[in-house]
Amino acid sequence: MLINILQIVLILVVVGLLSVPVGRYLAAIFTGGRHFLPERLTYRLFGIDPDEQMTWKHYALALVLSNGVMILLGYAILRLQGVLPLNPQGFAGVDPDLAFNTAVSFLTNTNWQSYYGETTLSNFSQTVFIQFGMFVGPATALAAAGALIRAFARNGYEGLGNFWVDMTRVIYRFFLPLSFALAILFVFEGEPQTFAPNATATTIEGESQEIARGPVASLSSIKHVGTNGGGFFGMNSAHPFENPTNLVNATQIVGMFLLSAATVYAFGTMVARRRQGWVLFATYMTLFLLALAVILPAEQYGNPLLTEAGADQGLTADQGGGNMEGKEVRFGVTQSALFATVTTALETGSVNSMHASMTPLGGLVAMINMQLGNVFGGVGVGFMYLIQYAIVAVFIVGLMVGRSPEFLGKKIEAREISLVVLSILITPLCILGFTGLALVWPGALDSLANPGAHGYMEILYAYSSATANNGSAFAGLSADTPFFNTTLGLAILFGRYLTILPLLAVAGSLAAKRPVPETAGTFSTATPLFAGVLAATILLIGGLTYFPSWALGGIVEHLQMLAGQTF
Amino acid sequence: MEHKVDPQPSIRPRGGSLASLLRPAIASAVLFMLVCGLAYPLLTTGVAALVFPEKAAGSLIERDGEVIGSSLIGQQFTEPQYFHPRPSATLSNDGEEEQPYNAAFSLGSNLGPTNAALIDSVEKRADAYRQENGLPADSLVPVDAVTASASGLDPHITEANADLQAARVAEERGVSEDEVRRLVETHTEGQQLGFLGERSVNVLGLNLALDDLD
Repeated sequence: MLINILQIVLILVVVGLLSVPVGRYLAAIFTGGRHFLPERLTYRLFGIDPDEQMTWKHYALALVLSNGVMILLGYAILRLQGVLPLNPQGFAGVDPDLAFNTAVSFLTNTNWQSYYGETTLSNFSQTVFIQFGMFVGPATALAAAGALIRAFARNGYEGLGNFWVDMTRVIYRFFLPLSFALAILFVFEGEPQTFAPNATATTIEGESQEIARGPVASLSSIKHVGTNGGGFFGMNSAHPFENPTNLVNATQIVGMFLLSAATVYAFGTMVARRRQGWVLFATYMTLFLLALAVILPAEQYGNPLLTEAGADQGLTADQGGGNMEGKEVRFGVTQSALFATVTTALETGSVNSMHASMTPLGGLVAMINMQLGNVFGGVGVGFMYLIQYAIVAVFIVGLMVGRSPEFLGKKIEAREISLVVLSILITPLCILGFTGLALVWPGALDSLANPGAHGYMEILYAYSSATANNGSAFAGLSADTPFFNTTLGLAILFGRYLTILPLLAVAGSLAAKRPVPETAGTFSTATPLFAGVLAATILLIGGLTYFPSWALGGIVEHLQMLAGQTF
Repeated sequence: MEHKVDPQPSIRPRGGSLASLLRPAIASAVLFMLVCGLAYPLLTTGVAALVFPEKAAGSLIERDGEVIGSSLIGQQFTEPQYFHPRPSATLSNDGEEEQPYNAAFSLGSNLGPTNAALIDSVEKRADAYRQENGLPADSLVPVDAVTASASGLDPHITEANADLQAARVAEERGVSEDEVRRLVETHTEGQQLGFLGERSVNVLGLNLALDDLD
């Protein structure tokens, strides 16, 4: 038991230590300096002046337009897959609803997959579209986060930076070199990286075994450092080729944390308030540890129904025990529960165990991580959501003490609060609205794999995952139907752009404000007290919004499990 | 590195027109697609093939010039003289019928914790496991032996599971139990770096070593 706690603690310590140098590097990327030669050539190709500064509207328009073109290009590639090269298994073009869902999903850092990679996509689609989307999706969000950080550093100046420069630098200076280095490490640990067709083996007992392989490692690295999550194989990071060893597993976990943890440090650096950065980091970590403190014991304690059926779930010297349905022996309960907490908290969506087979409380809290959206959160957006809740928190505190609220010297006024509330409301509207629609839509329930409360959780989890741009699933749900592909695709789009755009508007209006001097009456936001207020605000808003949906799903299922009821 | 406080630029920010953004939008989509979607995976593939060719191709194991599997991928064993792997939920490529350890279509059961289908199958697997290995009718069996893995291709079992199968394998093969247990021990992978993950027994490696005894 002790060594299980120790492996978690060590991984989290590595995350904390790495956030400092990576955060500094990120701050350097965002704060001007020289343009390197490949970047200068790129800007010439784009026909832009890299030193031009964009207002928030300009920045937002560039973001939407570039993402729009990429989505159309992706849609075309998936539809035309059958006639494109690098298709050793001879897969046909992807159907329109699935192509829409997949194109949208991979350009928005969601990586929801209604398909099984090894039976649907050619190597061309897996690299030229999927891996491409895995770079530009998170790069887009990280650029937007950079714009929001600048808003607090600027003094009555409307420019938020240059979208093309931010995007290009993040890809060239961060994602490409890091992904390459990690991919080579992953190959060393056993991940395939080849364009050869599937191998065929004759097993020891004389059966034929077809072994799918492909350019896995290069996808697997950007999948995590970009908090993307889409798997090369259907079973994602549970597949021995996509996560062969515990070193790879730990690296994938650290990779997911890397940017979101570093962004708050970069923020502290760029606004010259390091303490503020650490207070935000502490807020993240508190929420994360709360989630882990439910998921890990729930999975280790296991499922009493399995014990009744004859399974020994005890933790002993020669087995890890716990709820092993849908888990791999090499990871055991500890690394599976940790991975599940991280992948939902960081909005990655890769899985090394099947979330559908988790215990009711384990699966529920994984879903809550996604609904809150900023238990660290995805690259870029996790930070933006945290700032949005920080604005709400200072607003609530301001109401309590009767002072007009301010955050880092910027006055928070009606315009900012309205925009923030708009962004906060989009998420539950999509999650609960679409879940309700799916429950009454004719034929939609035929997609369920599990009866009872668990079936309802499959749907609620799916829309939570799509809206939060996470991408993991209670994978029993057969989501490759026109209804689910379309509505999940819309939830992905709304959840992405209707939160980023209002927050960019907030950035624009804050950047234009002149800071107010701090006085004795100013509520300091760089204190443990504020971390507590912020975490409480996030949990309060989340709880008030979603509690009834949790009660109908995971909570009821937990009680049924304890009562020995099956369906 | 010095303090990287964000400096305020001196030039005036501009609003952009749709037309002025069209060229960078299209050019960036095409360029990044070529760089991230094509150059990057091709370069990685080239370097991987150069430095770790066998691993890059899937860690395939050959015996007498024939591929018999991958050291990372589990395969099905049903004969009593072999150690048996965990239950697998994979299907045939068309998804029509059960085909355990189909490495072209990884799949978990995705059954929820209160699903009667899950509880029934665990009960049946536990009965079969006890019968195979001569265990008392009401004994609890290791959880990994009766639950389906996430990938359906799990190459490992726990030491507890291997321990209970050792007597059967030894008897079927006519070798001493000590000999079999010694092999189990040599095919047990410890925690990586001494602390990460779980100790586990690689089934394919172990069964190959057993065949080499003969």
